[in-house]
Parts: sequence; structure tokens; C-alpha cells
Amino acid sequence: MKKKVIIITISICLILSTFFLLQSLLMPKYVSEVPEGSLIAEYYNEDVYDHNVVFVGDCEVYENFSPITLWEEYGIKSYIRGSAQQLIWQSYYLMEETIQYEKPDVIVFNVLSMKYDVPQNEAYNRLNIDGMKWSSSKWNAIQASMTEEESVIDYIFPLLRYHQRWSELTSEDFEYMFGGKPQLSHNGFLMRVDELGVDTIPEAQPLADYQFSDNCYEYLDKMVKLCQDNDIKLVLIKAPSLYPAWYDEWDEQMVQYAKENHVDYINFLNYIDEIGLDFQHDTYDAGLHLNLSGAEKLSRYFGNYLVEKYDIEDSRKDSDSASRWAKKVKFYDDMKEDQYRELEEYGYLKSYGAKEK
Amino acid sequence: MYFTSYQFALFLLILFIAYYLVKKKYQWILLLAGSYIFYAFAGIEYLFYFATTTISTYLISQKIKKVKAKQKEYLKANKAELSRAEKKEYKKVMKSKQWHYLLACLLFNFGILGIVKYTDFMIGNINGILSLFNGEPLSFMNFALPMGISFYTFQSMGYIIDVYRGTCEVEDNILKLGLFISFFPQVIQGPISRFKDLSQTLYQEHDFDLKNISFGLQRVLWGFFKKLVIADRILVAVNTLIGDPATYDGIFVLVGMIYYAIELYADFTGGIDITIGVAQMFGVHLTENFDRPYFSKDIAEYWRRWHITMGTWFKDYIFYPLSVNPRMLKFSNWSRKTFPNGIGKRIPVYVSSFIVWFATGIWHGASWNFIVWGLLNAVVICLSEEFKPFYTWFHSHFHVEGKTYYKIFQIGRTFLLMSSLRILDCYRNVPLSFAMFGSMFTKWNLPELWNGALLNLGLSMLDYIIIIVGVLLMLTVSLIQRKGSVREKIYQKPVAVKFLVYYVLIFAIVLFGAYSIGYDASQFIYNQF
Repeated sequence: MKKKVIIITISICLILSTFFLLQSLLMPKYVSEVPEGSLIAEYYNEDVYDHNVVFVGDCEVYENFSPITLWEEYGIKSYIRGSAQQLIWQSYYLMEETIQYEKPDVIVFNVLSMKYDVPQNEAYNRLNIDGMKWSSSKWNAIQASMTEEESVIDYIFPLLRYHQRWSELTSEDFEYMFGGKPQLSHNGFLMRVDELGVDTIPEAQPLADYQFSDNCYEYLDKMVKLCQDNDIKLVLIKAPSLYPAWYDEWDEQMVQYAKENHVDYINFLNYIDEIGLDFQHDTYDAGLHLNLSGAEKLSRYFGNYLVEKYDIEDSRKDSDSASRWAKKVKFYDDMKEDQYRELEEYGYLKSYGAKEK
Repeated sequence: MYFTSYQFALFLLILFIAYYLVKKKYQWILLLAGSYIFYAFAGIEYLFYFATTTISTYLISQKIKKVKAKQKEYLKANKAELSRAEKKEYKKVMKSKQWHYLLACLLFNFGILGIVKYTDFMIGNINGILSLFNGEPLSFMNFALPMGISFYTFQSMGYIIDVYRGTCEVEDNILKLGLFISFFPQVIQGPISRFKDLSQTLYQEHDFDLKNISFGLQRVLWGFFKKLVIADRILVAVNTLIGDPATYDGIFVLVGMIYYAIELYADFTGGIDITIGVAQMFGVHLTENFDRPYFSKDIAEYWRRWHITMGTWFKDYIFYPLSVNPRMLKFSNWSRKTFPNGIGKRIPVYVSSFIVWFATGIWHGASWNFIVWGLLNAVVICLSEEFKPFYTWFHSHFHVEGKTYYKIFQIGRTFLLMSSLRILDCYRNVPLSFAMFGSMFTKWNLPELWNGALLNLGLSMLDYIIIIVGVLLMLTVSLIQRKGSVREKIYQKPVAVKFLVYYVLIFAIVLFGAYSIGYDASQFIYNQF
């Protein structure tokens, strides 16, 4: 009997080991393709969690704000916990998780996701949630985000979701099977130096109902409470992306909400000239997202606001911070240089997820 | 809760642990509770149907038992006083009483089945007739079909008929009878068990027998392999082919027939493997439902090896009673006198066959497709009977009987014949099914087989490789089974080999299974009956 127990135990261990090896191999690595998928997990690579400002939200934060500019110009230590089509409940749970690691002075939330009332898309859920470390926040984010076709077991054992990737494995899957993925973002900022000026802006279609849902307001209330309880200032923003449309009716609701809840709300679409944005040169996809130039301009503008309004200390004088951020700045400058080189050599950002023109 | 759902895996794990932890005398109670919980996942309201069938079957079985006991007591008490004729008359009266109870039970339960399953089919037909006279169409009832109703109704009615016949013991404990009717692994797609076969193994106390459990687990894994790796992968192509008959005619119909034959076999036998394997993990041994049917050399043999428990149910409870029914015997006598040369003897058998196959067809589904499919089976069986003199002549002139190549020809012929009949299972109505079958002979688009069109059916070359390897594996297992149990053979092997079997099966399912988002592995085909 004892022998049987040993054999069964060894067999189970072997099967489990293979299972987890295969899981490591088959999970998407999000390096040369869909780099947005790496953003959430990169937060855990930080050496020190002492950010003054943390952003949460969708692509309108991770493409439009540059933490390196905020550092270089104002000495603000910031991090962007952004991900593609991040829904409001995902932002909330990321906010909740972030507070377990650090207590920033300010949390900035981009309100575009107020328009989504219900879970949207499994692929985006994966980009948002897979990278989170296991915690009650991740569990709740999964529960809140799952579409009807999804199952929680697929999040617990991602192999069950990605098992069919065996037919599309690349050398990257083997190379980064046990980790060691390169850093892709700059404190959550995904850099793009290329340009594609605005030609036409898609016309905003009238909606049957402009009222944001109760569900979204509930999560917004939770954000306000979470920040109040932790003595953190919450700033609501609408980034200056020209589309998808941000309706006046939506804007009015946000203005009203901010007023009632004593939080700041800035619609950057109203300050495009003050920021100095030129949508012929400051966007890489015709107004949907800013490029590096646009992100740096916006960050300069917003950094000034943060310093003036919230009196965020300048950490450049702190030697520890300065030495850590110097490395980040170098990585930033190197990538900038490399992107310009690629742009010149290939005409597009070949290694940075851009499509050949 | 489908077998392929994660909930089922969790449910099974909890029930399995609890089953071997509770006192053995309570094991069957746990199975009953588990079965009702399993069924409740399909819809709490369906438990009402379930309970109704159980209670009605129980009450009638008790009534029949009382009549039998009363008869026995009376005859014993009046043994000396009663003449032989009086005894016979008394028995006749008592049998009639039992018959009325039985009839009430059958009408009630088959009535429920008929109402929920066939009402809309009847309304559809009535509306068809009404439309000829510009009549106002009737509204459909849209009854929700309780999961596995055809299976548990047949199983419980088989029991009550056996009670009436006196061929099985009457179960006095309604909860035990409830377990027989509801035993969760088999409730949704069979096999349709007999009380005398299942009761003992179901209610007895079971030890934690590692061999039994590992055999059950192997069978479950094999079932999942067939379902997820083969059936649900090829399903994509089957759906493409039958979903667009205008595009996929001619040679594609033949391809669809073969693909569907593979899918149906892997799906249904896979489901039964899971059923029998799960039951075995709880120490319960269910009746086998398949005996390598695609190796059959003629259609009659095929039906003795495919869905065996359904076939024997129809044979035992419809065909035989029908054949010895006084009216049928009268018809038989008339037929023999009217039609000479043996045909008169065969006609009553054919009539019974047609009735049984009509019932078999409509059991499979409320549609003319299934009825025509059933009747065509009867036609083929009767024709092959009529061709017997020709076969005898052929074999006396050509000595091919028993030769390997002739066996292969017979197997291929039966496979194609059965696959042809199954076309009715695929297309949406009878005329379309016949038209598609006809297109195989009228539209010559053979080059589609090698011009890459088969790679546009939703299957890549890698998918085809997986399916081919899977089919070859099924074939190999079937060939080995001819010489005995595969699992017994594996059991004799060293530990490393046994481990390898588990290892390969588990990871073949995990990696190559067509499950999770993008695949619909939720339903087994026979769940719908």
C-alpha cells in the first residue's frame, strides 16, 4: 500500500509539473506582438513602490502620459497601471491592489470607460487580468469582468484557455517560458514615436441614452471611497484623444459628479491649445492615441497642474530616487533613439508592434 | 451541468470523496442526492418530471405487487377447493387487474414524454394540413424538454413491465427506485439499464477499490479523448458541410457522411465511456452500449452492436410482445394462408419490424427525418432478408465467405449504408436529405477532394492530422478489444506503462481537445434525445 501511495504521489507530481511547464510555454508572452499585454505585470518589476501619482485606465492613459517626462520636468514619480479597454471595475480593482503596495498622493482615473456598463470582450479581459498577481482584487476583477462564455477556471489554470496555442508557438514562447521578458514600458507608458496626422475624425453617432449606468457609478463611488479612506486624492480625467467620441452629455455628468463628490475632473479635450497639441504631428494613429511628442506635451501640462494643485514634492533631490530614475530615463532615451532608427530604416516601428505601412 | 463542464469535474470530485468517506450503508443515499443535484443543474423545475415518473412507477409497482401477493395467497388458501378452470379464471382476472395498472402507468409516463416531446411536432403537421385549406394555424406550445426524458422514461417503463411480467423483484424503497431511475451518469444519454442488472451493483456497499477506480478513470479519460479531441474537432467541418447544402453538394455529401459517422461515433461512444467510467469509479457496473459497431458486416448485426440497450429495449418491450399479440398471431395465420412460399411467414415479422423502427425513429426525435430514417432502416433490414436466397446463390458460386477482403467489403458496405441513412440526421428536412444524397450521383465535383477545398471547412492541416491520429487510435483500441479488455492488458503492464497511458491521455485531451472559448463542447449529440 505504501508503495502504491508513493507511486501515485510521484505520478501526480509529474503530471502537475508537466501541466505547469506547458502552461508557462503556452501562455502568450506579449513581447513583439501585442505588447499591451505585458503592461499590468510589469508593475511588479518595480524595485520600490513610492510613486506620487498612479494612473489607472485604458489606452488613453498608457499611450498619452509619460512618467519619464513627469520625472524629468517636475521630479514626480509616477506609474501607469493602464491596459487596453480597461473597464471601470478593472480600474477599481487595480487601484485596490495598488494600494496594497503603496499609498500614492494622487490616483488619476481616465473616465472613458464609464461608457461600458457590462463585460465586453474576453481578449481584453485577458490583457487586463492575466498579468495581475493573485489576490482578492484579481479574483473580484475576474468575477466582475467575465463574459458569458468565460469560465473562472480558465483564469486559475490559463493552460485550459491557451491550450490551442501549440500550433502557433514562436521562439519567444520558449525564450520567455520561465520569465526574463524584456521591459517594454516606461513605468506603464508604451512609447511610439511615429506620426500619423489627423485626416478626418469619425462622426459621433447620436445615442439613444447618454446616461451612464448605475453599475459604473457604483464603481466610481467605490473609487472615491477607497481614495478617501486611504487619504489619496482622486483626479478624474478625460484624455485628449479625439475619438472615440466623448459626448457633451457625458462630460456634463462627470462635471456634476466631480462637484458632488469633491474630486477634480479635467477634460483635456478642452485644453488642446494650452497643452500645445498638434494633431498633425502629436498622434501616431490619427487622433486615437498620442505619440511620444504628444504624450510629453500632455505630461508637461498635467505635471504642472499636479504640482500646483497637490503640491507634490520634487524627488529629484533624493539620491536614491534619482539613481533609480536615471536608469529609467536612460532606458527611455535608448528606446526613443532605437525607435527613430527603426523608423528611418524600415519606415515603421518594426519591433514595437506597429504595422508595416 | 454537462459532462464536459468544469462544474461536472468539481461535482464529481466532491461526490467521489464523500462517497468513500461516508459509511458504506449510506453510499446509495449519497448517489441519490448527487443524482438529484446533478439533474437540478439542468433546471429545478425538471425535478418535477423526474419525481412524477418515480412516484407513479413506484405506486403502480406496489399495486401490481399487492395483486400478485393477493393472488398467491388466495390460490394457496383455496388450493383444494378451486378447480383448475376456476384457478385459471381467477388468474386471468388478476392478470387483467395488473394489466390495467401497467397500462395506466405506461399511458401516464409515455403521455408525459409524448406531450413534452411531440406536441409541437403534431401541431406542425396539423398546421401543414390546415394551410392546405387556408385554416388558421395553431400556436406551438414550446414545452421545455427535460434533460434525458427519453432515457429515464424508457428505463422506468422497462422496470414496470418487468414487474408486471414478474421478471424482476419489486423495489419497496421508493428512494432506491428513485436512484435506479435517476442515477446521474446514465440519466442523460443512457445506457438504458434493466433493474435486475443494475439494482444489485447500485445499492450494494462499495470498498475503495483502486483497480476499479483506476479502470473507471481510464475509461473516463478515453471518453473525453474521443469527445473533445475527435468529435468536437471534426464537428466544425460537419457543421460547415451540412449548414450550406447549396455549396456543399456532390462529393461533399460523401465527405460529410464520413465526417458525421466519425463525429457521431466518437461523441456517443465517448459519452458512454464517460458514463460507464464514472459509474465504475463509484463501484457501479453499467451495461455496455456498444460493441465495435463499425466492424459490423450487415445492418442487422450493426443494430445488435450500436446503442445496444436501446435496441434490446425495443426488442424486448415492443417487438416480442407485438409478435405474440393475439391480433398479430391472427394476422400471421391469415398471411401464411394467403401468401405462399415463406413470404406469408415473413410478412408479420416485417410488419412488427416496421412498427418497431417507426418507434425507434420517433424516439430519436420529433421530426419526419427521424421517422423516415427509422422506416428506411426497416426497409433495408427487410430487403436484406428477402435477398437471402441471392446471397446463398452468390456464396455457392463465389467462395468469398470468410475471406478477409470480403469481410472488409462487407464492413465498408455496412458503414456506407448506415452513413447514407444518417444523412436524414443531418439536413433540415426529408426532401433536402434525399436531394443531397442524389447529388452524390449527379454532381461530379471529385476534384474538390484534392484542390484544397477540404481545408476551407474550418479545419487546418494540423486539425486533420489530429483527427486522423485520433481515428487510428480508436481503430487500434477496437482491434485490441477483439482479444479482450484493453484496460486489463494495461493493468498487467509495468507501472511506467500504466503511468504513460494516463500521462498521454491527459495531455492529449488538455492540448488537443476542442474546448474552451471558440469551441462548443457543451452538448453530446445523444443528450438531445
